[in-house]
Amino acid sequence: MSESLMSSGTGTELVPVGGPTRRLPGVEGVWVFVMADMTVFAVLFGSFMVSRHHNPALFEASRHAMNPNFGGVNTLILLTSSWFAALALDAVRKSRFALAQRFIGGAFLCGLAFMVSKGIEYTEKLNAGISMLTNDFFMYYFTLTGIHLFHVVAGNVVLAVLWFKARSRSFDPKRPVVLECGAIYWHMVDLLWIILFPLLYLVR
Amino acid sequence: MELLRKPVSIVWAALMLATCASTWLLSKNSVTPDVATVAIMLIAAVKVRLVMWQFMEVRRAPLSLRLVCDGWLLAVTTLIVTVYLV
Repeated sequence: MSESLMSSGTGTELVPVGGPTRRLPGVEGVWVFVMADMTVFAVLFGSFMVSRHHNPALFEASRHAMNPNFGGVNTLILLTSSWFAALALDAVRKSRFALAQRFIGGAFLCGLAFMVSKGIEYTEKLNAGISMLTNDFFMYYFTLTGIHLFHVVAGNVVLAVLWFKARSRSFDPKRPVVLECGAIYWHMVDLLWIILFPLLYLVR
Repeated sequence: MELLRKPVSIVWAALMLATCASTWLLSKNSVTPDVATVAIMLIAAVKVRLVMWQFMEVRRAPLSLRLVCDGWLLAVTTLIVTVYLV
């Protein structure tokens, strides 16, 4: 640590000077919401694994009906979307609003691509006669991916609002709190999928 | 090219490569199920931490948030891997 120490007034109290500046991204409220949401998903992940533990043969046989290409490509799409959101934040901090708008647009389009891909995947399953009622594995598959898809739709609404805000340059480059909050939420949607994807498609 | 040299771009490239390795290499039958599953979940944990640290900027956040994020990730990964292995 290269912190220097300086006397404060009486010479008896020492306070650190020049240490790394720590700052909460976004606002406290968004983190409370994000952590609550992530806790609910953690419980669902655990519940899935316990059900799998009780009936490994059924879960493994059902997993074979999954197409990992969909899951893999969806992960690449969401990672790219998250990257765009991080780049948009960086651009706003440099007052490059037009560039930020393009990045937010890119993140939004990736969100749309995820929805389309999920729609194709659901249609494929339903056409093959697979639904929520097929068995426990597919109950979890449709519930978990459905709740996650709802988060993606909500995230795209947030991204659309952020796009308009970037267009009207209504972010403070020194502290773009609204954009930070939107980006934190969007990254959470990404990280939940990072766990959900292997859980449903790859664990064997 | 300036874009690709940014730290978030390097992180993005690493995340993309890790995803390809998990999806199209480790899922092959040449790797035993136990090894593949544990490796895939550990790779997922590393990816989540990169997203938290680099994209969500948790690395610059106060200690309390860093502990909460790491605590969540540790709990989720331990839960999944433990239930899988027992």
